[in-house]
Amino acid sequence: MENKKKFEIKGLNLYYGNFQALKEIGINIYEKEITALIGPSGCGKSTFLRTLNRMNDVVPGVTITGQVRFDGKDIYDKDCDVMELRKKVGMVFQKPNPFPKSVYENIVYGPRIHGMRNKTDIDSIVERTLKEVGLWNEVKDRLNKSAMGLSGGQQQRLCIARCLAVEPEVLLMDEPTSALDPVATSKIEALLQDLGKKYTIVIVTHNMQQAGRVSKYTSFFLTGEIIETNTTEMIFSRPDNRKTEEYISGRFG
Amino acid sequence: MNGENSRHGTNRIKTGVFNGTIWIIAGVTFAILLIILGYILVKGVPGITLGFLTQEPSDLGREGGILPIIAGTIYVTGLAVVIATPLSVAAAIYFNEYAKEGRTVKTIRFFTEVLAGIPSIIFGLFGFAFFVVFMKMGWSILAGGLTLTIMIMPTIIRSTEESLKTVPMAYREGSLSLGATKWQTIKKVILPCCKSGILTGLILGVGRAIGETAAVMLTVGGSLLMPTSVMDSSRTMALHLYNLASEGLSEKNTYATAALLIIIILLINTAANRIGGRLAKE
Amino acid sequence: MKTREKIIEKLIFISAVVSVAAVALITIFIFSSGMPALKETGLINFISGATWSPTNGDYGILPLIAGSLSVTIGSLILGIPLGIGCAVFIAEILDRRPARFFQSAIELLAGIPSVVYGFFGLVILVPIVRQIFGGNGFSIIAGSVILAIMILPTIVSISANSISAVPLEYREASLALGADKRQTIMKVILPAAKSGIFSSVILAMGRSIGETMAVLLITGNVAKVPGALTDSVATMTGTIAMEMSYATPAHQQALFAIGIVLFVIIMILNGTAQLIMKRFGGLS
Repeated sequence: MENKKKFEIKGLNLYYGNFQALKEIGINIYEKEITALIGPSGCGKSTFLRTLNRMNDVVPGVTITGQVRFDGKDIYDKDCDVMELRKKVGMVFQKPNPFPKSVYENIVYGPRIHGMRNKTDIDSIVERTLKEVGLWNEVKDRLNKSAMGLSGGQQQRLCIARCLAVEPEVLLMDEPTSALDPVATSKIEALLQDLGKKYTIVIVTHNMQQAGRVSKYTSFFLTGEIIETNTTEMIFSRPDNRKTEEYISGRFG
Repeated sequence: MNGENSRHGTNRIKTGVFNGTIWIIAGVTFAILLIILGYILVKGVPGITLGFLTQEPSDLGREGGILPIIAGTIYVTGLAVVIATPLSVAAAIYFNEYAKEGRTVKTIRFFTEVLAGIPSIIFGLFGFAFFVVFMKMGWSILAGGLTLTIMIMPTIIRSTEESLKTVPMAYREGSLSLGATKWQTIKKVILPCCKSGILTGLILGVGRAIGETAAVMLTVGGSLLMPTSVMDSSRTMALHLYNLASEGLSEKNTYATAALLIIIILLINTAANRIGGRLAKE
Repeated sequence: MKTREKIIEKLIFISAVVSVAAVALITIFIFSSGMPALKETGLINFISGATWSPTNGDYGILPLIAGSLSVTIGSLILGIPLGIGCAVFIAEILDRRPARFFQSAIELLAGIPSVVYGFFGLVILVPIVRQIFGGNGFSIIAGSVILAIMILPTIVSISANSISAVPLEYREASLALGADKRQTIMKVILPAAKSGIFSSVILAMGRSIGETMAVLLITGNVAKVPGALTDSVATMTGTIAMEMSYATPAHQQALFAIGIVLFVIIMILNGTAQLIMKRFGGLS
């Protein structure tokens, strides 16, 4: 029994100028499940992820056709409020990118720009989200110190907490552990398992083992197209497509 | 999250105010530029007649033209550029090709930066104390030219250095591996690549020198006679404009001089941009 | 061949040292020419003396310092918002082509000689100030407005560079959290660029204090501590330029002494700006 569809994507094409980066992408992202996007470098996974929160709007020369429905509504419609969309669909980047501000200021940035003023409410958000990502004990005595002093793994968890502070429904994660050491990586993977119960997560990963460990569904990308999407179990044990099988077994990529 | 709808409303207003303010600021700035250039050109160009350019001034500049002043400007500026360019290019070559990063280089660079920040009146005082008095040159084109030389050196050094930096290491290595010496490499391979950059710096230096008044005021003197040697006192256009404006002599000639200065600056700016554009393409 | 190379290398080194020699000479000559006057009057009296009347032997430069400070502060009050606004306009609002065009316009503003600005101020601004505010128009107001325009390019170009240098990651993080452009600029980008912006302001302050020709033509050159914005003032720079040509030896030394004070102030300002840029690389 499948959960509700959070994202329904049909016939999505994306062009950087004349270069077509995404070809006829069609996929469903199910609510409160983790979907992994795997495939070799440069085949459109990150580009696709960024179409889900319209971060490609920031890149000049991009053309998009097709449908991207979030909770039933096409987000590329003219009357879609992009800021609201990004509040509900948060993003964690490959390289941790905390602001050059204090830990506290990083977390409260999101709630403040969306209108929250009450200090008690804001403070409780800081504590809640830092606890959710398992950082609270490590930073509770240095909330007013710069976030830049944290380790890579801590910074990435801070970025996740920063996302959570705006109460999103979806988390988009673009290779969140590829810049981190193995210890930090396993901490974040454990965190993902917890988060996956509350949020819909789409995670791009280079690391097939990570996809296998963490996700319910997996989609295999190759040169801008989706070759196959299925439950992770099926993809890794009995893939339909030969190319999927070749990638999984390490013959290329 | 509470207050969402009011957030949209106030947000829209704040964004509108923000964008409006920025655009107004930009518009005002652009308008100021147009007003200054436009007003002076409109009131001054009619006065730039052939006579204005070829006659000598009479009655302290109320009547007549500015031929000796044009000559003075060319001499003083020309002298400054002729001396400053080889010195500056050499200095830039030193920084980029010879020097090893260390205390000496850092100190020299530091002093070059300091030189760039000294205001023109201080250069004027120095020029007076050193060239006019100490070196006994008197109020002269030479004293003015030498003072302007050290004023414009930082400009040419900067521009030359920038273009030296864009020459790929591969060229140097190719030349040296064929057995050429360092200087040969610089002279035959590197410098030819940097022609545009050096030229740009030169032109910018000329622009700065032509517009310079305070330093010239204290070193060149202000004579209205046609200069015949570098030891003669003379006047530059910028200085002449100051004299005419502050004494209120001949509105027509004042505007004409100002307009001429602006036209020259515009030409210099355009030339520098064109050549600098070619540099970017190289 | 080898000796030729060595000679050329030496010559090149000497050229580089010219700038060091120049600064050294400038310092030596300005200080030595002005020291006698400072010794005569005493440094404290020189700086705090409220009367500048060389014909009577009074060499107090307090009115001149007040004059320079008043137009400089005025120019900063007007120039900083204008400058930062234009910098944001170039770095954030415009696309690349129009931004380059606007930047060229700013560079053009920078290229206009100071005497032309002074002339413009004289024929346009002074009468306007006279009309609107009264007095004779040669005032702190007129000086501040023209100086603001003159320091604008300094603030704009350095600030625009600092803003552009803010890493893309900060922008993306802010946008991904649902902030709009205004919020991202005001709350993330400008704070991140603040040391670059700050050092551009300090440099602009130095330019303003060191400016001579424009203030000479439009501030009235009255050596009195001002009481109102419409008062005429005399700046340190303008006084030196104006009185040098007819000064007696003692008077000349006093003018050089003003030069010393000016030199020290500018060195401190420029040095501070450099330090900030190096320490923080233009980013906080």
